[in-house]
Amino acid sequence: MATILIIGATSTIAHATARHFAAEGARFFLVGRSASKLDAVRDDLRVCGATDAETYALDLTDLDKHPAMLDAATAALGTLDMVLIAHGSLSDQAACEASVARTMEEWATNCTSVIALLTPLANQFERQRHGTIAVISSVAGDRGRKSLYVYGAAKAALTTFLEGLRGRLSAAGVAVVTIKPGFVDTPMTAHVPKNFLFTPPERVAQDIHRAMTRGTAVVYTPWFWRYVMLLLRAVPDPIFRKLPI
Amino acid sequence: MASRTKYESWGRYPAVVPRVIVPIQWRNDLPDLASLPASILPYAYGRSYGDSCLNAGGVALDVKGLRRFIHFDAETGLLQCEAGVLLADILDQFVPRGWFLPVSPGTKYVSVGGAIANDIHGKNHHRAGTFGRHITRFELVRSSGERLLCSPDEHTEFYRATIGGLGLTGLITWVEMRLKPITNAYIDEEQIRFGSLDEFLALTAESDVTHEYTMSWADCLFGGEGYVRGHFIRGNHNSSPELADQPPPRKPSIGLPVDLPGALLNTWAVKAFNTAYYHRQRARLVRKVIPYEPFFYPLDAITNWNRMYGARGFLQYQCVVPFDHDNAAIKEIFTRITRSGEGSFLVVLKTFGDLPSPGMLSFPRPGITLALDFPFHGARTLQLLETLDGVVRASGGAVYPAKDARMSVESFEAFFPQWRAFACHVDPRFSSSFWRRVTRTTR
Ligand SMILES: Cc1cc2nc3c(=O)[nH]c(=O)nc-3n(C[C@H](O)[C@H](O)[C@H](O)COP(=O)(O)OP(=O)(O)OC[C@H]3O[C@@H](n4cnc5c(N)ncnc54)[C@H](O)[C@@H]3O)c2cc1C
Ligand SMILES: NC(=O)c1ccc[n+]([C@@H]2O[C@H](COP(=O)([O-])OP(=O)(O)OC[C@H]3O[C@@H](n4cnc5c(N)ncnc54)[C@H](OP(=O)(O)O)[C@@H]3O)[C@@H](O)[C@H]2O)c1
Repeated sequence: MATILIIGATSTIAHATARHFAAEGARFFLVGRSASKLDAVRDDLRVCGATDAETYALDLTDLDKHPAMLDAATAALGTLDMVLIAHGSLSDQAACEASVARTMEEWATNCTSVIALLTPLANQFERQRHGTIAVISSVAGDRGRKSLYVYGAAKAALTTFLEGLRGRLSAAGVAVVTIKPGFVDTPMTAHVPKNFLFTPPERVAQDIHRAMTRGTAVVYTPWFWRYVMLLLRAVPDPIFRKLPI
Repeated sequence: MASRTKYESWGRYPAVVPRVIVPIQWRNDLPDLASLPASILPYAYGRSYGDSCLNAGGVALDVKGLRRFIHFDAETGLLQCEAGVLLADILDQFVPRGWFLPVSPGTKYVSVGGAIANDIHGKNHHRAGTFGRHITRFELVRSSGERLLCSPDEHTEFYRATIGGLGLTGLITWVEMRLKPITNAYIDEEQIRFGSLDEFLALTAESDVTHEYTMSWADCLFGGEGYVRGHFIRGNHNSSPELADQPPPRKPSIGLPVDLPGALLNTWAVKAFNTAYYHRQRARLVRKVIPYEPFFYPLDAITNWNRMYGARGFLQYQCVVPFDHDNAAIKEIFTRITRSGEGSFLVVLKTFGDLPSPGMLSFPRPGITLALDFPFHGARTLQLLETLDGVVRASGGAVYPAKDARMSVESFEAFFPQWRAFACHVDPRFSSSFWRRVTRTTR
């Protein structure tokens, strides 16, 4: 069975994805910032078939504590077959515009903390010469929209970082999976009025499970977002600026 | 997830909305219930028909985020899970491992918490009683913030009040229940045609001994007044070990994307449907081995079949009348329905056994229960149902709150004379449209 490190394991999308791996008997190391929420996720995965699951509580913006966490994960799982990085925050754009500190915080959550994790993980996977590194980015990184560009830019930086990392690690036989969900109905979007474009997390989780199993490079989920974003990227700038999005 | 939901009931009548929606995501990270701005009612999947899951102008505590398993003991079959877990989730996880629900309603898309709040019954009521009988423990969170561990031995009064307590005693966060072992995912089913109420009762008496599950589809629009014909369906879990590693094929369900115009469901269409249904089976008795899903949940094959009744919605009427030597009450009810010319595809007929429920306000009691849909035609429909209530009252029976949108205060008090004792356990900040209606309170 696979050993899987999930960072941001209390995310709805990450948990729904983990349930698929649990059904296959996977062993988990679950990292998130709330111990009680992690316990709830761990118990559920155990009932759903996980061979074992351990938890580790950590605020991921606390970069100094990453090495100890990664050591604990490796000690618990032996080798890591897969890692899924899922934590994130749908930045409040207006609040970011009004505050440098807030903008930097959002970047720390959505981008720099992830890059800080990927740096040692990439080296470890490169050495072990197998495995899958999967990260949840977003379609929001495909184009900078005036209503969400702090978040979008952080995800764009991640996407680009992952693209380069994929090139580097392919020689070592390590897959790097960039996951780009569209609008997903989770607590992160609880305040957003829902329309037909929203997808339940279970559906997105199916796609992520498949992509991680196959080592797909870039996965849009649901699939139609690839074409939505293709269209959106084709809109010339003078028009794009005027779009109410 | 919370925000996609339309906070309506399955019958889509009455059309009322909550003022505030509060999603609950984590059982150990709850909002302060006492500080919410209006009266509170938990809302799960809205599979109740009338207004008992609605709280007009109040707070809907959306519990669908509480959908995690907590523990399963493969020795004893004891399952602990959060209250928003669907019966469908339990079946998906545990049927392949050889376990089944102790009691199952006609749809698998209801939550464990909702199943407790209405103390639901299934086709095995004569053997297993209600859902509440199989609940060993649960946690009840009151608006004061107090967390009560309720079981037959601890906080017994709240245990009894919450089972069948219509969501009024507080928020159930997690539940422990007993699953039952099965050999495989199949049911040995028999369908038998019957042509009269007496035949139905004779089949019931015989099958209660031989079969774990019994129920009937009946047609009361056919023939003369008080005349009933239908299909008696009975089943047992199949016990051949060879079928254990043959999971039934998964069939996707079909959705009904739009509301159908209500006019499609006129008496003529209903009659034609019922006649076709009755005659689809030529032999008197047909035996089959079928997967559990079509046996228990035939209606789940179409996800939103409730939209078939159009935007005005519909009412479901379910009552139980005690056994009686000449069954005058049930015949009277059939006669009234036939005379009215209203009625539906789905007339479910079943008997309840005498196993007691721990629930204080539970609906099932020994007798014959009947359930059918009425497209909402305004005053005409309400008048007919009020008449039926009169017959049920006189017989000493009851009408099911989970399916009610209109019973009178007098009827409620007659059906549930214990309601005042129950009311002492209602959380001071909890209420529902149903509760305000039948107790004439405004809060
Ligand atoms: C097709 C169909 C077939 C059915 N067949 C049957 C049947 O055979 N037998 C039967 O008995 N019923 C049957 N029902 C009714 C259904 O089982 C009940 O109405 C059930 O309670 C619905 O559960 P829900 O999760 O959708 O809850 P909701 O309808 O959303 O809520 C039901 C009640 O539970 C309360 N509640 C929900 N969650 C909690 C919680 N966590 N804590 C406290 N209170 C809570 C609510 O406040 C409300 O009072 C059927 C319904 C349908 C649509
Ligand atoms: N939902 C969407 O529409 C959507 C679309 C595209 C991409 N995504 C991405 O999908 C991923 C998962 O989100 P989701 O939709 O599943 O939302 P979610 O359920 O709200 O999950 C977000 C998770 O991130 C965690 N988190 C945030 N900051 C953290 C920190 N500093 N340290 C540790 N954990 C932290 C949260 O932990 P707490 O529970 O402790 O707060 C939470 O578990 C995110 O990367 C998001 O950007 C989501």
